[in-house]
This record gives sequence, C-alpha cells and structure tokens, in this order.
Amino acid sequence: MDIFMNLTLSGLSTGMMIFLLASGLSLIFGLMGVLNFAHGSIFMWGAYSGVWIYFRTQSFSLAILAGMIMGMALGWLAERTIIRRVYGRHVSQILLTTGLMLVLNEVLKAVFGPNIIAVPIPPLLAGSWELGGIIIVKYRVFTISVGLLVAAAVHFILTRTRVGMIVRAGVQNQEMVQVLGINIRQVFSLVFMFGAGLAALGGVMMAPAIGSINPNMGLENQMLAFIVVVIGGMGSILGSALASVLVGLAGVYTAWFLPEAALAVNVLFMTIVLLIKPSGLFGMGGGHNS
Amino acid sequence: MILQLTQVQTFIDQFHILQDVSFEVPQGEVTVILGRNGAGKTTTLRTIMGLTPPSGGSVKFMGEQLNCLSPYAIARKGIGFVPEDQGIFSSLTVEENLSLAMLKKDEATKARLRFVLDIFPDLEYKLRQKSDGLSGGQKQMLAIGRAFVNDNRLLLIDEPSKGLAPILVEKLAQAIKEIKQHTTVVLVEQNFALASAVGERYVIIDDGHTVHQGLMSQLLQDRELQGRYLGITAIPRHGKVV
Repeated sequence: MDIFMNLTLSGLSTGMMIFLLASGLSLIFGLMGVLNFAHGSIFMWGAYSGVWIYFRTQSFSLAILAGMIMGMALGWLAERTIIRRVYGRHVSQILLTTGLMLVLNEVLKAVFGPNIIAVPIPPLLAGSWELGGIIIVKYRVFTISVGLLVAAAVHFILTRTRVGMIVRAGVQNQEMVQVLGINIRQVFSLVFMFGAGLAALGGVMMAPAIGSINPNMGLENQMLAFIVVVIGGMGSILGSALASVLVGLAGVYTAWFLPEAALAVNVLFMTIVLLIKPSGLFGMGGGHNS
Repeated sequence: MILQLTQVQTFIDQFHILQDVSFEVPQGEVTVILGRNGAGKTTTLRTIMGLTPPSGGSVKFMGEQLNCLSPYAIARKGIGFVPEDQGIFSSLTVEENLSLAMLKKDEATKARLRFVLDIFPDLEYKLRQKSDGLSGGQKQMLAIGRAFVNDNRLLLIDEPSKGLAPILVEKLAQAIKEIKQHTTVVLVEQNFALASAVGERYVIIDDGHTVHQGLMSQLLQDRELQGRYLGITAIPRHGKVV
C-alpha cells in the first residue's frame, strides 16, 4: 500500500512538472501552430537560472522568479526574432527551432559548464510526513500543489478573461479574430512568452525533484512534453493536465515494475490515442490560418 | 463616399483574381456586389478587409488609404466583416462571440448589443449556449450581430442567404433593412431577389473586372444586363425575397 501511495504521489508530482512544460507547448502549438523544438531548452535555461540564483540567495521563491523571468525573456526574444518569420511554415519552424535549441544548449554549457550540478531540496520543503505508515515527501506535495495552482490559474485565464477568450477563438480561426479588430500577433507574443515562462517554472521545480540539473534535461523532458501535447490535444490545458498525470503515473509505475519499458509505455499510449482520436483527447482542432 | 475602390488588383498565389475593380459606396446605403461564381466578389470583400491585400490600385475608407494596413487595423477603422462561412467560434458561447467583437464597453456599444438582441431574439435565448449548437440561420444572425455590435460605419456581408431556408431569408432581409438605418452595408449576394429587395445600388463584377454599376432600380428594369451577367431569365417579384 505504501509503495502504491508513494508511486502515485511521485507520478503525480512528475506529471505536474511535465504539465508545466507541456501546457506552454500546447498553447503555442494550439494557438500559433508553431512546432517549438527549443521549448525544452527554455525549460533547461529556467532550471539553470533558477538554481544559479538559489545558490546565491538561498531563496527558492527568488529562484522561481528568476527562472520564469529568464524563460519569458527567451520566449519573447525567440518569438520576435525567429518564430515571427516562420508562422505557417512548419518545416522552417522545425529547422529554425531545432537550430535555436542547439544554440541555447551550447551557450548554456559555455555559461554554466557541461557537468551535472547537484541541487538540494530547499530546507523548508525538505523532509517528509508520515501518515498511517505512508511516507509523504513534502517536495512532491509542493510540486503537485504548484502544478494544480498553475492549471487552475491558466484555466481561469482561458475561460474567464478576455485574453483567454481571444486565445480560444484564435485556436479556431485566427483570421476571424483579426477582422474583429484584435491584433492577434500581439496575443501570439504574449502566449509565447507565457508558455516559455511556464516551461522555465517547470525547469526550476524539476531541479530539486530529481536532485540535479544537466545539459540534457531539456531534450529528455521535451520528448515527454510532446507526447503529452499529442495525447491531451493541442491547445487544451485540461487535456495537457490529464495527459501529464497519465504520463507521469505510467512512467513511474512502469519504471518500478518494468524499468526498461518506462518511455515505451508512453509512446505506446500516444500511438493508441493517435489511432483512435488524432486530435488528442481534448483537442480543439486547429486554426493556424494566419 | 464612405468607400472607394480604384483599379484594384489582387493576386491569390499566382492567380490574378481582381484585375480592375473600381466602385464607390455612398454612405447610408446598401450596395450589392453581384456576379457569377468565381467572378471575384468574395475576393473584393477580403481585399477591402486586408485579408488578401491588393497588389495594385487603391482602397480608401472615409478618404483614408487602407492598402498597407493589417486586417485588425482596418477593422478598427470601423469596418465589420461577415464572411461567407460566418466565422463563428464554435468553442465560445453566443455571448462570448458577441463580447469578443465589442472593442469598447461603453453605453453606445451596450445599446447596439440591445439592438442586435432585439432584431435577432433567438440569440438572446441562447446567449449562454455554445455556438456550435446553433442552426445555420442562428449562426448567420450571430455573425451579422457580431459585426454590428462594434461601432462599425461599414459592414461587409458575404452571401448571408447561402444555405438558409426561404423563411429565414425573409427574416434576414428584414434585419438588413433595419441595420442599414444605422450603418452602410456592402453585400455580396447570389440571391438576386434578396439583393434587389435590400439594395439601393449595385456593382457587377465579372472575371475580376467591374463591368457595371448604378442604381438597383435601373438594374431591375434592365433584363438584358441581368441575363448577360447574372444568368437571370425572370425578374423576381419586387419585395419578395424567396
């Protein structure tokens, strides 16, 4: 029972961190039709920047803030200088964002070094509680809470605010949004920046969870994020949240019972969803017509 | 004149769709663009909106050149557009569709929303419903209402009667007559009965060129012109739109 509970909590915690990475990717993909292969690198830059600040200030709140600022700045810069030129051209997007990924990864190695850096759990969030013989790791509860809070906030923004309404409309028909007098390009920049900020937040949260950061963590987690977006459906936050939890749980359970099949089970799950419902579990369908 | 098109040319990819389109739209009237399928009517509206920007000639709205503006900037000048496919956001409610178009939340906008709900009462009953559950006619009402609810001085409406039952076309004609009391309308319409019932002026586009324009009352008398460019062999009873 305690193994089951621990695995579940671990899976939920991992799922929530994947969700932070995937939700931004899903919005960017769903609204703008942009295949951003540099999203994982922004996640990694968020992690490194956050950890860098954490080591200097010992404040995890400042680390989160710094990571998110770095992510949003990179997102804004990438959208303004690169992505904006290749809207609607998927092949160019793949080539350019892959190039951007390589550049960001190499610059990161040059700045922070190529070695693995150990990251402790902040003292306030370290340790665990024991509840009826079940060990509950505090940091996992923290990551699950942050993930749920972010999911609720993004859901609120998407369903209760004008910006959210524009995003939902834009996923369906960008051209029509424009002829209603709305500058969709401005919304694109905002969404891209916001999505990159969420990815960076995921990076900062992931660092203490796995106990270290390394220059490959972007690519490793980006793969999971793409799986989540495909399963959940592009542009759907609810879909991303649910798919992230499924991927997190499936990964943890499989890693426990059949370690060699941990990634394969998620790829298999994605294949099944693609065969049955190509738009994903909660896919909104795509507009990308601007 | 609220709108002036002068020798407008538009390409879509390598195709030269509009080759020489020129006409003027007087304020406060309904001008109907007529012509056969593929003549360039829809492209003309999309060119005015900047969705397929002109490669030559000029489009002026209230004396201001629109050629180099993006669609959202053109819309903000006070031009509303109802596309042929209505462009309804099905994942949004009826209320959200209307609200999205309201660039201001002032009293005048609220009054226009009230007007829209008065002329299209079906929308009021379905305000909180997702718009994918609307019938074809209700979607058309929503599309027109959405274009009107903003402070637009000109409405471009593309084939509003397409796919609608005759009874709904009658309602639509009535709604357009009420809307034209408040704003200028440019209407693309294949249904000549509807066009002649609501339009004061006409423009005929053929193969990307403006070939005729004038008063609708003149066109109604000119059976030869109707036959040549519109393929009409019998004049509909005036005022009856079905």
